[in-house]
Amino acid sequence: MKLLNYTTKYFAAILLFALLIFTVIFYFQMLDEIYDSLDDGLENQKILVINKAKKEPSILHKTSFEDGYYTIHPTSYSQIKEVKDSYRDTLMYMLNEKDYEPVRLLETAFRQDGKYYKLKVITSMVEEDDLIEDLFYSILWLYIGLVVGILLLNNWVLRRLWQPFYSVLTKLKNFNIEKEQGIDFENTNIEEFQLLNHQIKKLLQKSIDSYKAQKQFIENASHELQTPLAISLNKLELLAEKEELSPKNIELLASVLENLERMTRLNQALLLLSKIDNKQFVEEENLNITETIHQIVNDFLDFAKHRNIEISIVGKNLIQKHINKDLAIILFTNLIKNAIVHATLNSIVKISIEGEKINIENIAETGKLDEQQLFSRFYKVNTRKNSTGLGLAIAKAIAEKYDLKLTYAYQNKHIFTVSF
Amino acid sequence: MKVLIIEDEEEMLQNMKQTLEKEDYLVETATDYDSAFLKIGVYEYDCILLDISLPGKNGLEILKELKKRRISDGVIIVSAKNSLDDKLEGLHLGADDYLPKPFHMAELNARIKAVFRRRNLKGNTFIQIENLKINIEDRIAFIEGEELLLNRKEFDILFYLTSNRNRLVNKTALAEHVWGDHIDQTDSFDFIYSQIKNLRKKLKDHQAQIEVKAIYGIGYKLVSL
Repeated sequence: MKLLNYTTKYFAAILLFALLIFTVIFYFQMLDEIYDSLDDGLENQKILVINKAKKEPSILHKTSFEDGYYTIHPTSYSQIKEVKDSYRDTLMYMLNEKDYEPVRLLETAFRQDGKYYKLKVITSMVEEDDLIEDLFYSILWLYIGLVVGILLLNNWVLRRLWQPFYSVLTKLKNFNIEKEQGIDFENTNIEEFQLLNHQIKKLLQKSIDSYKAQKQFIENASHELQTPLAISLNKLELLAEKEELSPKNIELLASVLENLERMTRLNQALLLLSKIDNKQFVEEENLNITETIHQIVNDFLDFAKHRNIEISIVGKNLIQKHINKDLAIILFTNLIKNAIVHATLNSIVKISIEGEKINIENIAETGKLDEQQLFSRFYKVNTRKNSTGLGLAIAKAIAEKYDLKLTYAYQNKHIFTVSF
Repeated sequence: MKVLIIEDEEEMLQNMKQTLEKEDYLVETATDYDSAFLKIGVYEYDCILLDISLPGKNGLEILKELKKRRISDGVIIVSAKNSLDDKLEGLHLGADDYLPKPFHMAELNARIKAVFRRRNLKGNTFIQIENLKINIEDRIAFIEGEELLLNRKEFDILFYLTSNRNRLVNKTALAEHVWGDHIDQTDSFDFIYSQIKNLRKKLKDHQAQIEVKAIYGIGYKLVSL
């Protein structure tokens, strides 16, 4: 839930509660006031009736309401000595409403000419259910009005207020450490946001710096390893040429050489990877990808033949791309080499060039590979001795550099797709 | 043949020196800009092996100075940097070749021989070993005047081995040279073997006085019978 709506949610709950209490209190107060004024009116009418009775004694026998608002019954003193003015609610049949409606009734007694009379005065009264209903609706409308008002106000005021925050959020969302560019923050007068921006800026700069340092370190480390590797490799080659070596020693030497070469390859792969990351391949040309693939396949024919693997290229669609030639070759070499190396013996490696896509498929004994891990450094399916575990990571890095999509799918065979 | 190695890494220098002395070249060494020009001013070299990253003025400065002085010795840049910029600038400044470290001695040998051929053997593009004769320009091999029918890879292998005659050629070096640098990560180089087998058979059928000897686990050697 968004911050804005969150505050609105709380406001709505609090308002509902407050309005409910207000409504109850208001209702009773209002009712109290209504009774008060009704009773005042009744008392006034009582005095009017008593005064009228003095002038027109005929009304002293008006025992039913009919067209009037009062009744008078003669009574004895014993019955009324206890009577005081009493107000109560009662029901009365109303012709207009064709129903019993509540009325306010004042019962009292008076003495005239030594006789005692009981007097009842009525007045129509507020209908409580209607009152409650009306009140309910007006409060409901008030509530809705307030919530909508707050919502609009929030969206307008808070949005403006929080604008620097949302702007930072959007920028963070688009932040990519590989681009090594910090974020430019908008100026704000709000102290908290200033602090936030400042801290984020510091954090990002730190991340970028350590990211750069890490990349630089890998490059420097693998670069520094080149010379000792070269010296060792060459010394062993010189040693191997010595005539006096026994076949056993040659075998030992071969194993050392092989491992040293493996280390060299690993080192070179790492160096290549960091060079791609460090954007050291600037030169670009408009390369015919289709032709490049044909050339690479040609280079691998002997190797494929040795494993009895057939490479078939389907589709003649011409794909051109502005790209560094060496990197393009490395990208497709790694994918094609992978396919050949991992394909089961006597199978077919199929390369299809369709539209703007190049699929490289091979059948292998391994099932579906872990897509999350596949392109990460040093991911190995099986511990093949000569694999550096960097081939796909390099391919991915190259693809990303040129905004190509390198994806993997499994449909009883491994399919790597490069989409241009 | 006279070769000058300019390299500040002492052990690297000794490795290259030893290898080249086996080829009966006259090898001189220098470790920086100044000592290099002490030698360059006095002798003319058929080939200079130049390390790019030297203390003080680097290898590219040496190339610039060579160009300025109109000294046209053959130059092969050896560099651990393997940077495309250095390569392009080096070749632009008149270097003949660029060899990234680490390299195999066999490859160094082949590159130096290629430089010698380009510079010294003008018009003469034949190599003769025993009764084998190779026409480099037309890429044809003869034994006793009879053409040896080789496919492209077989010719490349034979030619590479002749450049490293009597020397042990690492199979990785051979594979990279013949099949390209990108072959290097493939599982094994057993696939080279089938090509070597064919080559051997053809050499034997034509009664060549040389043969390709396998050195277990390491590589191959072209030897006289």
